Amino acid sequence: MARNALGRELPATFDGKVVVPYRDPWSVRPTGDRATRALKRVDPGQSKVCQNLQEAIERCGLRDGMTIATHHHLRNGDFLLNHVVRMIDHMGLKDITIASSSVHPVHAELIPLIREGVVGRLECGVNGLIGELCSKGELRCPITVRSHGGRVRSIVTGQVPIDVAFIAAPCCDEYGNMSGALGPSAFGSLGYAHTDAEYARHVIAVTDNLVPFPATPISIGQASVDWVVRMERLGDPKKIVSTTTRVTTDPVGLQIARYATQVIEASGYLRDGFAFQTGSGGTSLAVAENVRNLMRRQKIKGSFGCGGITGYFVDMLEEGLFQALFDVQCFDLNAVESIRRNRNHLEISADTYANPFNSGAVVNKLDVVILGATEVDVDFNVNANTESNGYLLHNTGGHSDTAAGAKLAIIVAPSMRGRLPIVRDAVTTITTPGATVGAVVTERGIAVNDRYPELKAELLRRQAPVKDIRQLQREIQAVTGAPRPLEFEDEVVALIEYRDGTIIDAVRRVRG
Amino acid sequence: MGSLHHREASLGHLKRDPAVAGASRLRRSLLYVPGNMPSMLQNIPIFAADAVIIDLEDAVPLGEKDAARRLVRRFLETYLDRRQEVLVRINPLDTTWGAQDLAEVLPALPDGIRLPKADTPEIVERLDTLLTEHEEALGLEVGRFRVLPSIESALGVINCIDIAATSPRILGLAFGAEDYTASMEIERSKGGEELFNARSRVVWAAKAAGVQAIDSIFADVKDMDGFRRETELVKALGYTGKSLVNPRQIEAVHEVFAPKAEEIEYALAVVDAIQRARQMGTGVISLGGKMVDAPVVKRAMRVLRTAHAQGLVDTAPDEAVLHG
Repeated sequence: MARNALGRELPATFDGKVVVPYRDPWSVRPTGDRATRALKRVDPGQSKVCQNLQEAIERCGLRDGMTIATHHHLRNGDFLLNHVVRMIDHMGLKDITIASSSVHPVHAELIPLIREGVVGRLECGVNGLIGELCSKGELRCPITVRSHGGRVRSIVTGQVPIDVAFIAAPCCDEYGNMSGALGPSAFGSLGYAHTDAEYARHVIAVTDNLVPFPATPISIGQASVDWVVRMERLGDPKKIVSTTTRVTTDPVGLQIARYATQVIEASGYLRDGFAFQTGSGGTSLAVAENVRNLMRRQKIKGSFGCGGITGYFVDMLEEGLFQALFDVQCFDLNAVESIRRNRNHLEISADTYANPFNSGAVVNKLDVVILGATEVDVDFNVNANTESNGYLLHNTGGHSDTAAGAKLAIIVAPSMRGRLPIVRDAVTTITTPGATVGAVVTERGIAVNDRYPELKAELLRRQAPVKDIRQLQREIQAVTGAPRPLEFEDEVVALIEYRDGTIIDAVRRVRG
Repeated sequence: MGSLHHREASLGHLKRDPAVAGASRLRRSLLYVPGNMPSMLQNIPIFAADAVIIDLEDAVPLGEKDAARRLVRRFLETYLDRRQEVLVRINPLDTTWGAQDLAEVLPALPDGIRLPKADTPEIVERLDTLLTEHEEALGLEVGRFRVLPSIESALGVINCIDIAATSPRILGLAFGAEDYTASMEIERSKGGEELFNARSRVVWAAKAAGVQAIDSIFADVKDMDGFRRETELVKALGYTGKSLVNPRQIEAVHEVFAPKAEEIEYALAVVDAIQRARQMGTGVISLGGKMVDAPVVKRAMRVLRTAHAQGLVDTAPDEAVLHG
């Protein structure tokens, strides 16, 4: 048992791997070279098109104990991962590791196959029932949760070698050139699949829209793709929308957005060249709406917006409020349409977006990012992975990457959810360290991290409702009462890996 | 009684500014909050309305009247660090619930009572009597609880001049357009032309009695443009505030009622002129060659009070200016 710099108790090893405790956001400097993949030769006239998925998997030589990957651009509308694992089961393979970019509630279909041992572990974060069952100790499936940047880092450093990557390609030709922006299952950016295409030992393009060579425009090119398979339907792109993509009308959400906007204004970053990321939730979009109005009024021209892109950001691009959008993932169909149409709406890989160990990720150029939380604590640590019941229900996404990269990370959250206070003495699980968080904004006030004394002074000067985070906690708990601590078993069911590969927290089995 | 005195003593926690208490207090926005919804009651402190009206009347179904008034009492007992004026809309006094509402909530010390269906001066006098009885029983100063009668029927509109003068407790007259149009058997339109006469009479009555005039709710919370137009209209008629059904409307009301820059500059100049005149020991005050009389001073103070509340000027106006 080890303890990391944030005081979290970690196992010495997990699923046979040595656990390296987290120290601080910037302590790890990488050494060595990037991983690579084997040389290949495809001769003239040789076909890559397989009759079916089984043939493609057989040609890749997938065996028991190997690792596969898919990407989550279709989010809860993804059909491919379930289809692939069912085929692997049909082929009699066991103990497969899934190292996809994320697993969504739609993949709860895999639960019986996990129980049967077809899937042995998850080298990726999960959303939904799989995480909950693991938290309850009902599903023996070790999970390592990574941020988007952390996942790329784990692949390019060779920490997680992917044997076969399955890339859902809404538009693809017989030689493997593909785009995510065209076809009946178009989901836009293929950002999370780029690294898989570059580093997996074998790459299978799976498409429901096989078009004549060359399929242009090309997002991932033929030189990375080994096999091409047709599938009737990749998924339902309408389900890529995970939350509301409309500005909230909830007065509490609007109040939070108003305060968050005050923080942005007081930060001084809202000026020409402003770079901004926000999520797709209603409160985040309300912040974006306020920012848009300020930019219009003050005639500010921003440099870029990034992350998961919504139609909302597209409107700001088209209005000239931003010079470019860096899109690693389209969050709605308006964004999908835009990536086809707008030449300044740029598809970027998750590597370019958030990998901490490359020559400069886009997140490093962000001025302000708006992030959510299931809990925060008095040290500004943020939990975005487990709910207050202790269940692992959410993936990290770009949370810790953008918080580390941006000049100012603002956490927005209602002060209470149901009867539970959002500000705790210590969060159940640390996703993002307080060292990378600037302010916590609730409808009851703004808590500014002591690392930002000038921001705090400016907010006070503007008569914003700034409160010490412990005062905020007391005010909230005056309504909710102090929650009873959750009880956990010693058994670790998942590790939360910080973007640099160290372990920032462990998720334990919930007692009872 | 000791515990009640103790609670009254705890009013020291209440953030009351004596300079703006009472009839001259800012009441641009009066936000309705249902009295039967804990989740909404707990959010009262977070919104910047000048006043909240915790509703025990229309928002509360018949079967929940008992539970709601107990909930409101418990809430008020814990809401000591009050940032807004708190009024409770009780049920009409001709129902069995009205008096029960008073008995339950008054010990928790709301600032006042919003009286629905204030059709006649007699109804308001009855409330006045009941409040006096409660104040005496609670050991409070008589007159502590203020009253905001709702004029919301044809009869109420006819009687509003007398109603406004019924009791010194009355802080203003509230116009209730929804019930008024129902009593007139007419539809309420977006433009509100059908309300013009009644609105005018209510504001006349309020001004004549020296109390505030609070306009009706605007129910369509999605129609912010319509809401603004209506607020601008009633401001022009002389209303000083508006009842609201959603916190989203607060900011718009405050913006409409915000004084313009030139009004603020003029008001500051008026106050400056008064203070200079006093320093010089002269009773004659002039500004730019024009005499500054009492109504001009009163208006200047109202402008500065509003401007300060909205963060448009740094310091609160010196109320002593009014009392010379």
